[in-house]
Amino acid sequence: MSNPAIELKNITKTFGNIVANKNVSLTVYSSEILSILGENGSGKTTLMNMISGIYYPDSGHILINGNEVVIKSPKDAFDYKIGMIHQHFKLVDVFSAAENIVLGIDENGKYNIKESTKRIKEITDKYGFEIDLNKKIYEMSVSEKQTVEIIKVLYRGADILILDEPTAVLTPQEAQKLFSVLRRMRDDGKAIIIITHKLHEVLSLSDRVSVLRKGEYIGTVETKNTNESQLTEMMVGQKVELNIERTEPVNCQKRLEVLNINCVNREGVKVLDSVSFTANSGEILGIAGIAGSGQRELLESIAGLQKLNDGNILYHDPKTGKIDNLRDKTPVQIRDLGVRLSFVPEDRLGMGLVGNMDIVDNMMLRSYKKGKSLFVDRKQPRNLAKKIIEDLGVVTPGTSTPVRRLSGGNVQKILVGREIAASPTVLMAAYPVRGLDINSSYLIYNLLNQQKENGVAVIFVGEDLDVLLELCDKIMVISSGRISGIVDARKSTKEELGLLMTKHGGEQNE
Amino acid sequence: MSKNKIHEPLFHIVKRGSLPLWLSWVIRILSVVAALVVCGVVTIVLTGENPIKIYSTMIDGAIGSERRIWSLLQNVAILLCISLAVTPAFKMKFWNIGAEGQVLMGGLATAACMIYFGESLHPVILFPVMIIASILASAIWAIVPAFFKAHWNTNETLFTLMMNYIAMQLVSYFVFLHSNPVGSGKIGIINSATEAGWLPKLGGHTYLFNIIIVAVLTIGMYIYLKYNKHGYEISVVGESENTAKYIGINVKKVILRTMFLSGAICGIAGLLLVAGTDHSIAKETVDSRGFTAIMVSWLAKFNPIYMILTSLLIVFLEKGAGQISTDFGLNDSFAEILTGIIIFFIIGSEFFVNYTIKFRQKDKEVSK
Amino acid sequence: MIIAFIQRAIVQGIPLLFGSTGEIITEKTGHLNLGTAGVMYVGGIAGVIGAFMYENSVETINPVLAVIIPILTSIIGSLIMGMIYSVLTVTFRANQNVTGLALTTFGVGVGNFFGGSLIKLTNSELPSITLTATSNCFKTKIPFAENLGWFGDIFLSYSFLAYVAIAIALFAAFFFNKTKAGLSLRAVGENPATADAAGINVSRYKYLATCTGSVIAGLGGLYYVMDYACGVWSNDGFGDRGWLAIALVIFAVWKPNLSIFGSILFGGLLVVHNYIPNLTMASQEIFKMTPYVVTIIVLVIVSMRRKRENLPPASLGLSYFREER
Repeated sequence: MSNPAIELKNITKTFGNIVANKNVSLTVYSSEILSILGENGSGKTTLMNMISGIYYPDSGHILINGNEVVIKSPKDAFDYKIGMIHQHFKLVDVFSAAENIVLGIDENGKYNIKESTKRIKEITDKYGFEIDLNKKIYEMSVSEKQTVEIIKVLYRGADILILDEPTAVLTPQEAQKLFSVLRRMRDDGKAIIIITHKLHEVLSLSDRVSVLRKGEYIGTVETKNTNESQLTEMMVGQKVELNIERTEPVNCQKRLEVLNINCVNREGVKVLDSVSFTANSGEILGIAGIAGSGQRELLESIAGLQKLNDGNILYHDPKTGKIDNLRDKTPVQIRDLGVRLSFVPEDRLGMGLVGNMDIVDNMMLRSYKKGKSLFVDRKQPRNLAKKIIEDLGVVTPGTSTPVRRLSGGNVQKILVGREIAASPTVLMAAYPVRGLDINSSYLIYNLLNQQKENGVAVIFVGEDLDVLLELCDKIMVISSGRISGIVDARKSTKEELGLLMTKHGGEQNE
Repeated sequence: MSKNKIHEPLFHIVKRGSLPLWLSWVIRILSVVAALVVCGVVTIVLTGENPIKIYSTMIDGAIGSERRIWSLLQNVAILLCISLAVTPAFKMKFWNIGAEGQVLMGGLATAACMIYFGESLHPVILFPVMIIASILASAIWAIVPAFFKAHWNTNETLFTLMMNYIAMQLVSYFVFLHSNPVGSGKIGIINSATEAGWLPKLGGHTYLFNIIIVAVLTIGMYIYLKYNKHGYEISVVGESENTAKYIGINVKKVILRTMFLSGAICGIAGLLLVAGTDHSIAKETVDSRGFTAIMVSWLAKFNPIYMILTSLLIVFLEKGAGQISTDFGLNDSFAEILTGIIIFFIIGSEFFVNYTIKFRQKDKEVSK
Repeated sequence: MIIAFIQRAIVQGIPLLFGSTGEIITEKTGHLNLGTAGVMYVGGIAGVIGAFMYENSVETINPVLAVIIPILTSIIGSLIMGMIYSVLTVTFRANQNVTGLALTTFGVGVGNFFGGSLIKLTNSELPSITLTATSNCFKTKIPFAENLGWFGDIFLSYSFLAYVAIAIALFAAFFFNKTKAGLSLRAVGENPATADAAGINVSRYKYLATCTGSVIAGLGGLYYVMDYACGVWSNDGFGDRGWLAIALVIFAVWKPNLSIFGSILFGGLLVVHNYIPNLTMASQEIFKMTPYVVTIIVLVIVSMRRKRENLPPASLGLSYFREER
């Protein structure tokens, strides 16, 4: 093994009350591929963003080739020959690949696209990229865009490359191609860091693996000396006792039946692939999976926000026993059918609530249409707001405070409170405790449990496996848009879930 | 960390979390005061008169006589009416800068009714016909860009801007067609003998009717935006289209409906201008008020009640500056210069309401 | 008569070409400057003030100075307008539409005010502002053009500012497509966050483009007064040409080289009614509508076809604040 290319010493970064990275120390050598493994929210991306100049650490040191450095901006990072390929590409759509690659670099003020193209060609030939440099970005597939990002970084002379979840958007074949390019770069002496949570990728690609869990550094192992179960254990940790009160489900009846739904997104990627499951009343159905595996599309298609290519969504009315198909209905049509469907979306302020409106007006979002009056009735929403503030202990100066001024936990209480107030028969919640402190989180768990006891069919999309195991009755695992298993939460283990989560990841073989 | 301090810029701009309401208004009022001082200085430089005389001339010009007060109120009413019209669209983040043309179309429809039907129809029928015609003409002018925006996301700012000039040319065409006396290129006072289609003079005051209508509209718009379900939907669509879809609002429908309303009120403004004020029509009838209204509405943060103040401020300045021009023998465009300066200051003040500048020294304190 | 028509079309088109080239440069960095109409007024009147001062201060005018002084004052005038707009929209991140409209109000006011009051303000004894001497210097034509028949009439019969306008437009097209700075500038307008991440100074580009654009647009005002109007300033004489220049930007789908042809076409549409026999005064007005109708059609077609190269710069009208991600 050669020299350390980059060393991190005791890096800590906090956002408000949330500690994203705590005393993380890490070393990357040149001529190696290091995987940084961890669950969602374990602080992988935050850590890498500090190397690439997006964030600045609260404390700790960064050493490059043995010298301590200060990286304040992406430009500084370029100067230290660090390049990061973000999950969300930073490309100008109407420019060609070549134009994007040379953008912003001052080569003595000269602009000679032919000359530059020649240099780009050298890079592409060297590492075996296949790309049409004259193609416009907006005509490109995701994998082509990623290639442009990588070439862009190499063109700037990067010796340290960071790739954030590079295979998340790629087909298995494209991922294989990327890996061979990465290996070639490693053999060329570059240090490569890939952020991932896909175990099989880690094992097949990297030389060493560093694991983060909940913002803390757990350890580094050589890939050849490890296996899936060791890595899973490092990643998910020991089972934590949470003491969430879970009651036995009573009087379970079919409430929502999802049958073979398929959904293709705008980029033409199949985001939901033959998904079928049943959500029963009086039960909490957990959905586990790596972020972006199709959870959002699944919930949105049930809520009437996502067009489906195929399949049916059947709702069993508890009162009449009537069965309605919700497929391709708008939220209003679903409501008009008498289906009381509540949905706590992942994007609280961008979708569930309106940040600039006060609490009362946000309460009204669901109910303002009721009644024949031309005017909105603020009396009931105001009472509801007061009730929620009191019952859930929302910290706010008053009911007329814009919700965007509230802290994350209080925003979520408002949103969940409103959705529950509609006395739903189906309640869907996507990552309802993300970014919340312990007390607020427990409050949300209790609310979900209460709903379950009231006979509501609860669907809970979560990321913390401990919580899923303690809170839910059944857990459905989704992986690359497919259901990889539905397990009994009382009998399953984190390891089992972890393996199911990566089942369809990348490769098609099962 | 020590190295970092050296490289840190002298200051950087930070978005404010929140600012007490009173403080934001102090900032705004200070900016108006500062603007008035600058206006005074500019006037002194150009006229050489002493500042007290200049300001008193302004006040005299705006409210120096009963006639001037009526004229001031009449102008406020029209400007306010157009500002009310553009407001719902702006709240929806639909940048309709075509009020000029929309009002003109309403005026054109009114004038056409007065000319074609003034003699033949009984007032009981004539007035409803005029009202419906003006509202429809303006609403169509507003709906067309909205339709393209809703379906193809066509840039509404540029579209509505172009519609203004088409409306102006249509009016020109009409004016030449009906010039009175023939060939003069002007339309003259319509029905000057019969006063058919003229809005009633309440208590002998020509403009009182206009003022009452606009007062009612102002309150109506305030209630519509604040308490009506449509007004609520407009706010949701304007703030977050995603949320609107999430709760099942039909965004396209809201865009079309709101622009129809915008256009309809522009039509009323056109009616008031032609049937209630000028009793004539020309390309210049609206006199850029369609654009000024955008500033009035924006300065008032889209609140109809504040708009009374902002439109009063702008008309007051226009009238005052007009008086300065007359008294000191200057061109009457002086008012536009002063209006421009004041608006620049108020626009600038919003920056200090929304952002704060952190200096290097202070920043370290904060970050610790 | 066709030759005369083409000549008039070009003369009418040149101020629009200046205006639209300036506006394209500004819009390419994501700033919709609706103040262009005002900027052109100021460019015109500032030139008039310079020429007026110079003509009144000397006995016989030096043709070179008579051209340079108005150009300089015109540039200074429009530069100030550009700075007002940039400070408010780039640094203060104010709403571009409102700022632009205020700038137009202000600019038109300045133009008409000084146009109407210059004589009184300077206690001059002249009856009106008629800068025939200066105008003649501006209208100096290529001497041998008259001997070249129709070719000379169509291509070489204009004053030098007309050629400057075409040169600027061609240079702008070259700049956008063939230089690195042009690439960076377009990136700023398309995706400021990406440009920022690539190490481009976003604010500096926005300032430079807006100010340069204003200066170019201002020259359009100067050309109008000195050449088209023969040195006679008349209030509101410039009319709606500023807005027509903005329309031309859309018509030319943000390409300066296309706006050369567009400006001549628009100029032609403005005067074509004079060349069609038996038109009534009224139907002439209908003809004047055509540039705007054509522009709307282009705008609609472009938005329906969604061909990415022809759409407005993606961040047009939005302000950029780095920490707002």
